[in-house]
Amino acid sequence: MIKLSLSLLGTLALVLGGASTDAVAQTPKRGGILKFAVSAEPPNYDCHAATSFAFIHPVRPHYNTLLKFDEPNYPKVKGDLAQSWTMSPDGLTYTFKLKPNIKFHDGTPMTSADVKASYERIVNPTGGAVSIRKAAYSDIASIETPDAQTVVFKLKARNASMLTNFASPWDCIYSAAKIKADPKFPEKNVLGTGPFKFVEHVAGSHWVGERFADYFEKGRPYLDGFRAIFITNTAARVNALQAGEVLSEFRGHSPADRDRLKAALGDKIVVHESPWICSLVVTFNTEKKPFDDARVRRALSLAIDRWKGAEALSKIALVRNVGGVLRPGYEMAAKEAELVKYPGYGKDINKARAEAKKLLEQAGVKDLKIKFLNRNIPMPYTPVGIFLIDQWRQIGVTVEHDQPETRAYITGLRGGNYEAGLDFNCDAVDDPNLQLAKFISADKSPINYGRYTDRKLDDLYNKQKGELDNKKRYALIREFEQHALNEAYSIPIIWWHRIIINWKQIKGWYMSPSHYLNQDLQDVWLDS
Amino acid sequence: MLRYTIHRALLMIPTLLGVAVLVFVLLRLMPGDIVEMRFLLEGGQVSPETLAAERARLGLDKEIWWQFYDWMTGIFVGDFGISMWTGRPVIGEIATRLELSMQVAIMATVLATMLALPLGTIAALYKDSWIDRLIQVFAIAGLAVPSFWLGMLIILGLLLNFNWIPPLTFTPIYEDPAKNLSQLIWPALAVGYRYMAVAARMTRSTILEVLQEDYIRTARAKGLYERLVVGRHAMRNAMLPVITVIGLEFAFLIGGLVVTEQVFNLNGIGKLFVDTVTRADYTMVQALVMLVAVFFILINFAVDLLYAVFDPRIRYN
Repeated sequence: MIKLSLSLLGTLALVLGGASTDAVAQTPKRGGILKFAVSAEPPNYDCHAATSFAFIHPVRPHYNTLLKFDEPNYPKVKGDLAQSWTMSPDGLTYTFKLKPNIKFHDGTPMTSADVKASYERIVNPTGGAVSIRKAAYSDIASIETPDAQTVVFKLKARNASMLTNFASPWDCIYSAAKIKADPKFPEKNVLGTGPFKFVEHVAGSHWVGERFADYFEKGRPYLDGFRAIFITNTAARVNALQAGEVLSEFRGHSPADRDRLKAALGDKIVVHESPWICSLVVTFNTEKKPFDDARVRRALSLAIDRWKGAEALSKIALVRNVGGVLRPGYEMAAKEAELVKYPGYGKDINKARAEAKKLLEQAGVKDLKIKFLNRNIPMPYTPVGIFLIDQWRQIGVTVEHDQPETRAYITGLRGGNYEAGLDFNCDAVDDPNLQLAKFISADKSPINYGRYTDRKLDDLYNKQKGELDNKKRYALIREFEQHALNEAYSIPIIWWHRIIINWKQIKGWYMSPSHYLNQDLQDVWLDS
Repeated sequence: MLRYTIHRALLMIPTLLGVAVLVFVLLRLMPGDIVEMRFLLEGGQVSPETLAAERARLGLDKEIWWQFYDWMTGIFVGDFGISMWTGRPVIGEIATRLELSMQVAIMATVLATMLALPLGTIAALYKDSWIDRLIQVFAIAGLAVPSFWLGMLIILGLLLNFNWIPPLTFTPIYEDPAKNLSQLIWPALAVGYRYMAVAARMTRSTILEVLQEDYIRTARAKGLYERLVVGRHAMRNAMLPVITVIGLEFAFLIGGLVVTEQVFNLNGIGKLFVDTVTRADYTMVQALVMLVAVFFILINFAVDLLYAVFDPRIRYN
């Protein structure tokens, strides 16, 4: 298995390296329209209120953020609107110097006042504006603008994820004048500083952007424009890709679609693969018996052969990697040697299942029957659900698979109308503050559906959040992970695996472990 | 005839009111709402306060009776509301898709009618012959094959043989007829085949029935040409049920091409229906259901009037 993991990481490195070498070796060409598919459609145009990749893919090319991820060197950040930045030694002040001559698409200059107004809208939205990531920025005490090119963020408490937050793809910088006049202006209008100007959005059909000639990065973007076509049906999307009607779809494909396209198109396409910042977790409703007993939950975790399951499921579903609470491969995630020590992650499945049976016996649970709530989306929920049913059957547990439509699934999880459910945890970036939020107490986390309170987890969460020393933070996260997996309120099963298929002429696009990143299309070009 | 027309028109009002109440209540009986769908679908870490504020903004915190009252009073002044998902007027959202759906429905109806009437008549006139059997096999295949599956076969056939698929976005026929037809002819064929099968079988059976009538025997006994017997006497009387079938099928096509539109990536009313029901976009679903109900009722009204035209007995009753 170590071999498998190494080869996977090697493949990732090759893919990333390959893309990078490609871009360096060839001189980018100007021109062309990039046509790509998007498998859903954004509800409105406001970055601060959006949560979906369907928003990022068509909208992100119109905007800039303060920082962004250095595409070939993820998770390193680099300046987007910011030219440089400093953090005070106490970690409580971040000072950003902005790049000069940045203009909005209407020709007005972008200054520090726009950055301040945009972040104030995120931290404290007014006038009916919606900001759904307020909590991530709650440590910001004040924002100052000593001059038009400088922004200073003062924090109430240290936050190890602050730089990552400033690179979040959701933190679009809006025009201060526009949002002052109407705080809801961005909901229905697209006015950014990004590489592409908004042309049209035909609801249900497509979205068009054209090159912004006054873009502050000289010579960019390379493309004349882009056309995002909304194709919700998977088969229609793959057909469109095969016919060359679209050159990519940037969320991800199943292994079956990859194999079909590879067979049909051969070397006309490039396949990019990466571990994905999305995990499937089984969450137990701790308000329902016997799931209030840690022994029962741990037994159900011990029964799952994650390693063999990952190997088998990766052939049919978009999952592949075994991991704990953080994405496998991420610098803060547990290494395999650490992972195998956690309950349910050992390599000897017979031993683990014997222990599971013993735990159930100690808890006085016989002939356990579970109604298992699962999402009705085939990929990857159904195959993973079936896998879990089989794993639990092997310790004598009977499972009824309940796959209602999505609305009922979400309401069931949130409302506590379930016993055990296949939940998910998807984020835009690798960030312990984001991913660990799934596991802290229900009164602290809106995505804890296990309905439990565990102050030890809350305390460790806060400590790691404020720890700026990476080594110490790593140790705190391991302690958090060990406790979370022992208690097994929510147990990670297998992490997703992202597969992107691009036609060969797409250059300058870099694979990342997130379908929310690297989508400003600033450096993308077409080798026609 | 005028009294008959007014009577039929007035019957539309309670029908529409019943549909309105039914769709309004049924939608709210389903678990979950649009706020959860919008913010939690991809695992967003959204606070309960934000969700509550959004519900209040959309009016979902009001009593159900008030919500119904707001909707009804809006409809009476021609305001069908704002889509809870996009924040845009639902009328505009529907109008964007209606042109495409109407065109597919019209094309499928024309194709189906042009084939169904002659095929059904020929099958009836040559009852139990090889021609009849051939037409019957063709028609039954049309009934047995789901339109979306036929659509998938068409797409795959085009892709594998010509490395081509129909355009993914809609171009109005008055802007570029060739591009428009290259997109819409395929779904029209896929749904028109089943439509044709239904109408052809109905034509055959009603003509067979009419051909047994005394007045047909009398017409033949008078020495009329068979062409006139069939064309003037049999066809006219056989058309009543066929018109009903064609009318109902046409109304169904406006909002019923749910899967076919997905297969061809058509931005039509059927796809909008699925999307909005999935998202629990109440205002949009309500408007769409009312639109389809109005279509069905108007088509039924037109069919009823045609009945009266074709059959004077209906007028006198």
